[in-house]
Amino acid sequence: MIRSITKQKPLAEVLELLGEMERVFIIGCGTCTTMAHTGGQAEVLAMKQKLVETGKVVTGFLVIPVACDNLTEEALQQNLPAMKESQSLLILTCAFGVQTINRFLDFPVIPALDTLFIGKEIGPGLFEEVCIQCGGCILGETGGICPVTSCHKGLLNGPCGGTNNGKCEIDRNKDCAWTLIYERLQKQGRLSAMRKFQSAKNYQVEPKPGKTLFELERSGS
Amino acid sequence: MARVLREVLRSGEFVVTSEIGPPKGSDVSKMSHHIEMLKDKVHALNVTDNQSSVMRYPSLGGAILIKERGGEPILQMTCRDRNRLALQGDLLFAYSRGIRNVLCLTGDAVPVGDHKTAKSVFDLDSTQLLRAIRTLESGKDMGGNTIEGKVEFCAGAIVTPEARPLEPQLMKFEKKVDCGAEFFQTQAIYDMDNFRRFMEYAGRFPVKILAGIVLLTSAKMAKYMTENVPGIFVPQTLIDELAQAPKGQALKKGIEIAARMVRAIKEEGLCAGVHIMAIGREEVVPEILQAAGIGFNGHKASDAGT
Ligand code: SF4
Ligand code: SF4
Repeated sequence: MIRSITKQKPLAEVLELLGEMERVFIIGCGTCTTMAHTGGQAEVLAMKQKLVETGKVVTGFLVIPVACDNLTEEALQQNLPAMKESQSLLILTCAFGVQTINRFLDFPVIPALDTLFIGKEIGPGLFEEVCIQCGGCILGETGGICPVTSCHKGLLNGPCGGTNNGKCEIDRNKDCAWTLIYERLQKQGRLSAMRKFQSAKNYQVEPKPGKTLFELERSGS
Repeated sequence: MARVLREVLRSGEFVVTSEIGPPKGSDVSKMSHHIEMLKDKVHALNVTDNQSSVMRYPSLGGAILIKERGGEPILQMTCRDRNRLALQGDLLFAYSRGIRNVLCLTGDAVPVGDHKTAKSVFDLDSTQLLRAIRTLESGKDMGGNTIEGKVEFCAGAIVTPEARPLEPQLMKFEKKVDCGAEFFQTQAIYDMDNFRRFMEYAGRFPVKILAGIVLLTSAKMAKYMTENVPGIFVPQTLIDELAQAPKGQALKKGIEIAARMVRAIKEEGLCAGVHIMAIGREEVVPEILQAAGIGFNGHKASDAGT
């Protein structure tokens, strides 16, 4: 399962973002931010408490099952009266949730979280960024490990000089992707893949912002 | 005027290069002093490019200063701060200003430096930058467009003989050779047996290897380097040697160790030459050279005392 990995903004920053807006409605998400303990029911209630302590008026709160889903519109509609009493929505979902809510409502939205990356669950509570959707997948030549994402520098032709006994120069807690790739390819007897020169990458496969319209009918027929 | 590096590399002479770290700021007086002091004592001088991801006066500016003073510059270029447009443009500019040598590096990571929130570029890596140079020389840019005027560089790269694991590093070394690297400066080496083993391998390739000699200034620094700097191994015997130096004499001991290594590499003919890095202590490089028996203009002063 992929998850949106978030962390809470410091309260001081949240208060600064809210500024003069006194009446606040709080929204959390029952999926990724619940799992990460950054924006589930418990965190929404804790935020409510903190805001009240600083003199804000919390007009209501809501934990949407999957905030990034289009069903969110219904959940929002049911809570419209309380929201209308508010000057802003303080949102404890990831940025996908914030933008989903923003599409359906025309209220000032204030994110209470920072979205770090879209991660894959590697072990209990351990998430790693494994793909940044680059548009030119190289996994077939790198033992199924993505250097674009997992190498700090996104290098395509092997390790830099900072590789340190299997760890990356930026952090001893992070693996050097190129050591992992090397070990995997070696095990598979495919080191020749690593010897292949990778020419300069196309960073404009899908120029930002990505936008695609699938022809649903044809694929369905 | 200094001879061009490619000629020196091909001459079979023992090659000696060193390195200049540009200032943090626009005052180039100290750097100019170091250039004056070293330009006639070594075959070529590298200028580092925002080394350790610390923002400084640019390597291109330093290389031009060396050129203007009659020295032979090696322009260090990392891929951290510029995309392929900027890198190619800087190569054209460098060539137009008489710079003929480029050392292609990936570059250290942004978070280790002094602008920790900057965006890292790494549009190219060191192998792709080497390939870009050879492409420009063919009269085309990386976009396939024709360029006006000639471009020609003696291109080099770096290799880390003490990298762990070593094999991926060697595979990248071979890619750099294939992409057109003519010479290599190694990461600092201190263990001669390990370096001999590395040269048994690297000696098979049609490239010139310059052994990286980084001045040790204290036992503490040596210990720090071996424990913390990736790809550097300082044998305990050297750390002990520095620790046993009389108080205030550690730097002198470091100079002696560096000189001893240069001399040993030269006498054994282990590789094409040495690249001496006295990070922040450029003024002691002449002492290292003298103690190693390397005379002016890279010629051997005399055999006395060897
Ligand atoms: S190369 Fe990496 S970033 Fe690109 S699509 Fe494949 S896994 Fe994702
Ligand atoms: S140490 Fe490894 S993962 Fe880190 S930047 Fe270098 S090659 Fe990439």
